[in-house]
Amino acid sequence: MSITIDQISKTFGRFQALKDVSLEIPEGKLTALLGPSGSGKTTLLRIIAGLESSDAGRILFGGDDVSNLHVRDRNIGFVFQHYALFRHLTVAENIAFGLESQPRKQRPPKAEIRQRVAKLLEMIQLPQLADRYPAQLSGGQKQRVALARALATQPRILLLDEPFGALDAKVRKDLRRWLRALHDEFHFTSIFVTHDQEEALELSDQVVVMSQGQVEQVNAPTELYARPESRFVFDFLGHVNVISGVVKHHKLTQGDAWVSLPGQKSDQEAQLYMRPHEVHLARAPSVHARLPLRIEAISLIGSEVRIELAPVGWNSEEIWEVGMSHNEFARHNPSRGELWYAVPDIGHLFVADSAQPKSVDWAYTTAANASNM
Amino acid sequence: MAAEHHRVGDQPWVRRLLIGTAVLVSLILLVIPVVVIFFQALSAGWSTFTGNVLDQFTLHAIGLTLLVAALTVPLNLIFGTALAWAVTRFRFPGRKLLVTLIDIPFAVSPVIAGLLYLLLYGRNGWLGGWLATHDVQLMFAWPGIVMVTVFVTCPFVARELIPLMQHQGSEEEEAGVVLGASGWRIFRKITLPNIKWALIYGVVLTNARAVGEFGAVSVVSGNIRGETNTLPLHVELLYQDYNVVGAFASAALLATIAILTLVVKAFVEWRQSRPTILTPEKGGV
Repeated sequence: MSITIDQISKTFGRFQALKDVSLEIPEGKLTALLGPSGSGKTTLLRIIAGLESSDAGRILFGGDDVSNLHVRDRNIGFVFQHYALFRHLTVAENIAFGLESQPRKQRPPKAEIRQRVAKLLEMIQLPQLADRYPAQLSGGQKQRVALARALATQPRILLLDEPFGALDAKVRKDLRRWLRALHDEFHFTSIFVTHDQEEALELSDQVVVMSQGQVEQVNAPTELYARPESRFVFDFLGHVNVISGVVKHHKLTQGDAWVSLPGQKSDQEAQLYMRPHEVHLARAPSVHARLPLRIEAISLIGSEVRIELAPVGWNSEEIWEVGMSHNEFARHNPSRGELWYAVPDIGHLFVADSAQPKSVDWAYTTAANASNM
Repeated sequence: MAAEHHRVGDQPWVRRLLIGTAVLVSLILLVIPVVVIFFQALSAGWSTFTGNVLDQFTLHAIGLTLLVAALTVPLNLIFGTALAWAVTRFRFPGRKLLVTLIDIPFAVSPVIAGLLYLLLYGRNGWLGGWLATHDVQLMFAWPGIVMVTVFVTCPFVARELIPLMQHQGSEEEEAGVVLGASGWRIFRKITLPNIKWALIYGVVLTNARAVGEFGAVSVVSGNIRGETNTLPLHVELLYQDYNVVGAFASAALLATIAILTLVVKAFVEWRQSRPTILTPEKGGV
């Protein structure tokens, strides 16, 4: 069932949590609502569920307006951040609760409920814990039970509020994979709220980035990382290296550093954003950039060597980060304290107050310039 | 952690002095008086004791006291639960004020509470005049006694529930609604089991106070023997009649109720502290 969010607004006292949000959630897909705390993502999820009412706007499930439908009748599954398991009921009783709450006419007979609970316990791989109480479970187990409970009534929409927020890293990874597999098997429409970009990018088919009660960008994970449409998305998703300065004589200049920007108008303030993989390091400045940096730290853990650098003779608000393959690292053998030069391959330029970036590709421009000469 | 177990002031004589003082004070102030009550009540023999207890005025006082408790406890049970529910589950203007107001009966002396009710509902009071013309008598009759007792004991249940319900939050109830449960089912299956022991604890305290209340009741009762005399008032009346043994017989009844209350209270406290029932769900375990 697809979900349409149509011009939803919500204020709490003087705080505007959501400002005129419109969004399409495609059927059968896993959508992430990603944003920092206070961006309105949980409020939006609760409005979709019907746990919160909106001040303006409509919610549609599969084309039907459900704005005035009570939570009870929306037939959604909801997984709470802290699981919200019924603490005085056993695991099996927790899972059966939704089925037993159905109106008498729709309620399956006792034997069938028992069967379905057993099946769900099998699905979450915890049949041996049927008679335990929530307090006797680990965080990961609680989360599985919460999921089984939400899925017991076979809802066509599953909403999850920071589902893995309270779990440790290892359990989180396992559960993520498990949820993805579950979703691929049952094809319900799911939305989950998270502030963890890695989780959003890894788990979802579509990511909705939110900030200050508004939608910043909606995209598939790969698109989102490769082509952020605003400074906010750039800053929020992964690390980004920034040089800000003034454009003079087709060069973005700040202190001792400059980057050539062929065709760019002079006397404009501008910022150049580059992902760690869009920059490489060299012992000497290149033809199109001079970005002197000193190596501050080297992290060898992972599939790539991560090098942190601080600007020399110019400033940047945050530390620079450049990735290097282990092979390359062994060849060049950079060490802490050395002076290196960053050579950008691809950059994203924000000129003056423009909200949208403009891509710059030096491999292409330098080749074009060379052939012009 | 071997021999170095001493804390500051942890010398044997300090320990002995402190424990000794505590025990001595408890004995003098608490234990001996209770023992004396029973001793005095039975000083003239068992038959006198039963005679005193089975005296028609004493029996009436017992009946009235039980009636007052039987009316007060359910009233405050409903009121306290509703109030705790309102202030912990909803946000509305004046919510904090309401939480503060509920403590008024604790802050005000019961005698003053009795006087206020007398001023309001008495024959010459603001509402009393109107009530009198409609032939309704509240003061100097059992309804007045119930009213002041309800007033004096109304914070107990709410006070027990508010912190607990605040701590538990409303997520479980929200989970219930999402799963399609009706309001009544949520209350019966989720809310009530979660607050059960706190509720019982509140009821025990309410009952103890309702049975034992003297100040407020003595103002509005009028002390009519065999009509508006509760057990605590009866004790005083008998004592003023120089019927010391009779007074102590009634006092012994009250003391027995108090001891039973303590036993129930201890049991409820023990149940409440059991981890599977009340441990909050901590994240990340």
